Amino acid sequence: MVEHRPWNDIIAYTILTLAVFVVAFPVYLALIASTHDAATVVSGNLPLLPGHHTLENYYRAVFVGGSRTSREPVGHMLMNSFISATGIALGKILISILSAYAVVYFRFPFRQTAFWIIFITLMLPVEVRIYPTYKVVADLHLLDTYAGLILPLIASATGTLLFRQFFMTVPDELLEASKIDGAGPFRFFKDTLLPLSITTIAALFVIQFIYGWNQYLWPLLITTQDSMQTIVTGIKKMLTTTDELAEWQLAMATAILAMLPPVAVVVFMQRLFVRGLVETEK
Amino acid sequence: MANVTLKDVRKTYAGGFEAIKGISLDVGDGQFCVLVGPSGCGKSTLLRMIAGLETTTSGAIDIGGRVVNEIEPAERDIAMVFQNYALYPHMSVYNNMAYGLRNRRMAESEIDTRVNEAAKILELGALLQRKPRQLSGGQRQRVAMGRAIVRQPKVFLFDEPLSNLDAKLRIAMRVEIRKLQRRLKTTSIYVTHDQLEAMTLADILVVMNGGQVEQLGNPLAVYQKPATTFVASFIGAPPMNLMPLRDAGGFQPNREGILGVRPEDLTISGDAPTGGLALDLTVEAIERVGAETYVYGLRSQLGDAPTVSARPGELPPGEVLVRLPGQDAPAIGQPVRAVAPREKLHLFSADGRSRLEL
Repeated sequence: MVEHRPWNDIIAYTILTLAVFVVAFPVYLALIASTHDAATVVSGNLPLLPGHHTLENYYRAVFVGGSRTSREPVGHMLMNSFISATGIALGKILISILSAYAVVYFRFPFRQTAFWIIFITLMLPVEVRIYPTYKVVADLHLLDTYAGLILPLIASATGTLLFRQFFMTVPDELLEASKIDGAGPFRFFKDTLLPLSITTIAALFVIQFIYGWNQYLWPLLITTQDSMQTIVTGIKKMLTTTDELAEWQLAMATAILAMLPPVAVVVFMQRLFVRGLVETEK
Repeated sequence: MANVTLKDVRKTYAGGFEAIKGISLDVGDGQFCVLVGPSGCGKSTLLRMIAGLETTTSGAIDIGGRVVNEIEPAERDIAMVFQNYALYPHMSVYNNMAYGLRNRRMAESEIDTRVNEAAKILELGALLQRKPRQLSGGQRQRVAMGRAIVRQPKVFLFDEPLSNLDAKLRIAMRVEIRKLQRRLKTTSIYVTHDQLEAMTLADILVVMNGGQVEQLGNPLAVYQKPATTFVASFIGAPPMNLMPLRDAGGFQPNREGILGVRPEDLTISGDAPTGGLALDLTVEAIERVGAETYVYGLRSQLGDAPTVSARPGELPPGEVLVRLPGQDAPAIGQPVRAVAPREKLHLFSADGRSRLEL
């Protein structure tokens, strides 16, 4: 039984439209600002229609860098962000799938303890353990390296929990059938568990890629050279000028560029894991 | 081809629960052994111990002259068919069957021959490239069988392989399994809770209860001479009528014990055969199933204490079931006399643990 009242629809759509407007308008403004020249943006009367400096602005942002701030071009920062976000996502998946496999399928002493210790780290994000983590990374001479950007962030309780939940839904008989078929622990993992986990891996990749991409505090702390900074920290630095006007049109172009890869990952991977969810039957 | 011999096999879980309380069993080469019993009787545990999926606390499991207690499942030369089939969901039917062979580094050409041969026997030829989710329950069941056949193992182990199928398919598959086993002549051990499957498939029937063997032998011998009241009521459907001897129609009133008579051995007739049983009943309910009619009657000689407890699947105290051929039956509420000749009666000790000569 579906109730159909035109007024309900109108009210619902009005609220939805308003919400979309609230969310999308700043993004639209950033997009518009990135198409005008510096003078127009700073004048205080930003037009609501695109200007004529689109290609110029994006070209300068990506390949040249700001003229009055000695910052790196965005192209390099995008690459840094991409490497660290991918590294964080893949590293988290690798570590968490292995630790979940150990916790679910192996009977070793202090198994429950190990699980609870992993669980407790949920309460220790980078921000909480920032000083010791910085100290360790600095002592290992990992400042201004990709390893320094990636390694401290890849231990993932979230991923371990997610894989643990999934592994627990895999019927025990599959493990037993593998045992009888002569597959050892590694073969069972590679031939059975991994193919079944593809959708979980895709989901986790989406979440963790965005997590890695959006890291701000950690990259800000451990990168001192401009050549190692990520795009998210780079935007901020573009606006910090001493006695010059900030080049807002370039900052906005950078912001738009910073948004694209996560959007692409969500759009592409979403289709993959929705398809997986529909087709896979356990 | 191999014998399977169990010698005083026991299983105690870490918590102290004794699941298998000393079982000895000898399954000859090419024989079909069925373990049957109610849920929780330990039959699946015993099968999994033979497969090597559960450890054995004490005793020896011998497959083909080799004690396998400490040997990994893959090295025991067995194949197992699981209740939920346990097919690898991401592999095609072909790969499901080939997987175990590939793990043993068999040549692809040999694998191909074996898989195609098994597919031919099981009529899976057209389905080899499908995934398990694209198959019906019966087809999945056949793939699970195929996975066992291609191994050409010494022993097949079946863990309630038909319980997930609907009734008609179950009967069809039951016949197929029997034919297949006759053809391959592979020693088989089959676990079920369905006494009909057990009766029809078994060369050796093992009735289990509470982690012990209640009775072991040829299925017809078990049916004809059940050793305990448990076996008497478990094997045979509908179950055997059991009643305290002193209530049994004035039959040998000075002895203690339990008298049993199968519903199909009772007839409704006016006169009691000499030395036989005559029960005066009031008809309570009638079930007509077509070829036969079940008459439920209440005994008029009801003792003060019902000494035979009613477990699930047993008749409540005081009720007697008569199985009549055809569709003729007395009216409900009518008093009738059900009689059985002396040689059709079974007598058990008062605790039901042993069979007595009548």
